[in-house]
Amino acid sequence: MIEARSLTKRYGDKTAVSDLSFTVRPGVVTGFLGPNGAGKSTTMRMILGLDRPTSGSVTVNGKAYAEHSAPLHEVGALLEAKAIHTGRTAYNHLLALAATTGIERSRVDEVIDLVGLRDVAKKRAGGFSLGMGQRLGIASALLGDPDTLILDEPVNGLDPEGILWIRNLLKDLASEGRTVFVSSHLMSEMALTAEHLIVIGQGKLIADTSVAEFISRASTGSVKVRTPDAAKLRELLAGPDVTVSSSVEGTLQVQGLTSDRIGTIAAENRITLFELAPHEASLEEAFMELTGDAVEYRAPGQKSAGSAESAETVGSTEPAGSTKPAGGASDDPTTTDVEVNA
Amino acid sequence: MTAVAQAPAAPVRVHTGKVTQARVIKSEWIKFRTLRSSRWSLVAGVGAMIAIALLFSLAMKSHYPHMSAARQREVDPVADPMRGVFLGQLAIGVLGVMMITGEYTTGMIRASLAAAPKRLPVLWAKALVFTVVAWTVMTITAFVCFFLAQSIFSSIHLNKTLSDPGVLRAVFGEGLYLTVVGLLGVALGAIIRSTAGAIAALFGILLVLPVLGEVLNLTSWGDHVNPYLPSNAGQQIMALTTTSPDMKPWPGFLLFLGYAVVAMAAAAFLLKKRDA
Repeated sequence: MIEARSLTKRYGDKTAVSDLSFTVRPGVVTGFLGPNGAGKSTTMRMILGLDRPTSGSVTVNGKAYAEHSAPLHEVGALLEAKAIHTGRTAYNHLLALAATTGIERSRVDEVIDLVGLRDVAKKRAGGFSLGMGQRLGIASALLGDPDTLILDEPVNGLDPEGILWIRNLLKDLASEGRTVFVSSHLMSEMALTAEHLIVIGQGKLIADTSVAEFISRASTGSVKVRTPDAAKLRELLAGPDVTVSSSVEGTLQVQGLTSDRIGTIAAENRITLFELAPHEASLEEAFMELTGDAVEYRAPGQKSAGSAESAETVGSTEPAGSTKPAGGASDDPTTTDVEVNA
Repeated sequence: MTAVAQAPAAPVRVHTGKVTQARVIKSEWIKFRTLRSSRWSLVAGVGAMIAIALLFSLAMKSHYPHMSAARQREVDPVADPMRGVFLGQLAIGVLGVMMITGEYTTGMIRASLAAAPKRLPVLWAKALVFTVVAWTVMTITAFVCFFLAQSIFSSIHLNKTLSDPGVLRAVFGEGLYLTVVGLLGVALGAIIRSTAGAIAALFGILLVLPVLGEVLNLTSWGDHVNPYLPSNAGQQIMALTTTSPDMKPWPGFLLFLGYAVVAMAAAAFLLKKRDA
């Protein structure tokens, strides 16, 4: 269990993490999502006591990380960059870490086999590929058999086989009742691995929700309908909460009705359908929509990915990227000006 | 909080291990002995010191009979072969700096501090491992150099023994001086955290300050400052004839040690305070 309360980190006048509160629970894989520079790594370093929060606090299993008498048994961590001396062999690296907590040599051999580094265990880490470095990092995270795992971008540099391996490993670890907290900027990877998501952008919490809910909240699904009687169907589908648009002759994009309902309406009115395809927003799209305005680095002229609306925190939305100040949530004229100019 | 109730219970794992100072020392010892660079620095230091001792004593032996009487009186059979200490301090100083900066440049420091998040035990362990290794190796080397040189000088009847006045202290002091040079390197490495910066600072203090100090000799300030500069004070312990009337061997060494202790205290303060 990881609990962050109003966690804030400023470097000079730049705020990396701002008033971030969340709880990571045991038993499920929790994904930590955000664009590059969103503050994921900073947050993880604060959990491990490597960076001191400017304000707020974070605890692991009820205590600040540094208060644990045997931190390697509480939390195993894989940090973004290879935190390994390049001149030392993988085996000796693990042996030195194990020694701090009195972990036996046999456990070092165990984790080396577990991550599949047996063949290169006696080679110096400086010659390791990125994927081998990640495996060694995962081995050091598992060394103390910890209840909580914190992994920063673990799939970086892994080949497809390695990605599959880590996906299953993380799920297994979570199913054993451990707390597994994994950061990534790869949404599709998180969709396959994580059950719960904590999404941040520019250091602020954007969402703390399940993966399924995240997708459904970010964008209402639409249904593509292809029919020779497009005009007739369009009339029949019309309703207060239904939007129907058409960009291609004979094809409708319907929002606000399920494909079941559309199919039934068509059948009742004896309208022929060539195609009836529900389209769920992918996690990737959901993420782009929600964090579109929180992306720190963007090529000049590139428009925000979020279309009309961007949710800032759970339950509250405000118009952003829209040139119309009519949303009501923003009555600050300067905000509107900036957006018009953008 | 139903989500918590539904989550599987955390597995029962019995861990008896705790992070202790002794275990962190063991870990630092493993780290030290498993790096080729630490061995090579020591080998370089030892090799340079022995080579210079041999070079000076052999050259002295062959030229001594042809020297003028005045020149012969200047020959110091203990101090001359000891000049390898100036090369030795380069190797041992770099080794001390690298004990810390090697971890910062590779990112290893984050793994080390995550394993021992109280942080200070890591610094103490590194300083202790370094002190024991450097002092042992450098003291043995100093005595090896001394005996090699004296066996060469014995053929021209110039040789001295450890029981001659000040000789034991000078030879023993060589190992002490070099150890403290390295400790100063450890502390500067922890303060500056970059290899190049810390090495520049260390040798700036040891080699450049005394040179700058000579400017002060033109004024009355020289006598008040120069004997107290770190390397000037520290090297008194290796001097057979006191070169400075204001600084005796042991007080000089203790002052040098004091500088290293102050630097180490600053390093400890910063290690605790700064983000890793």
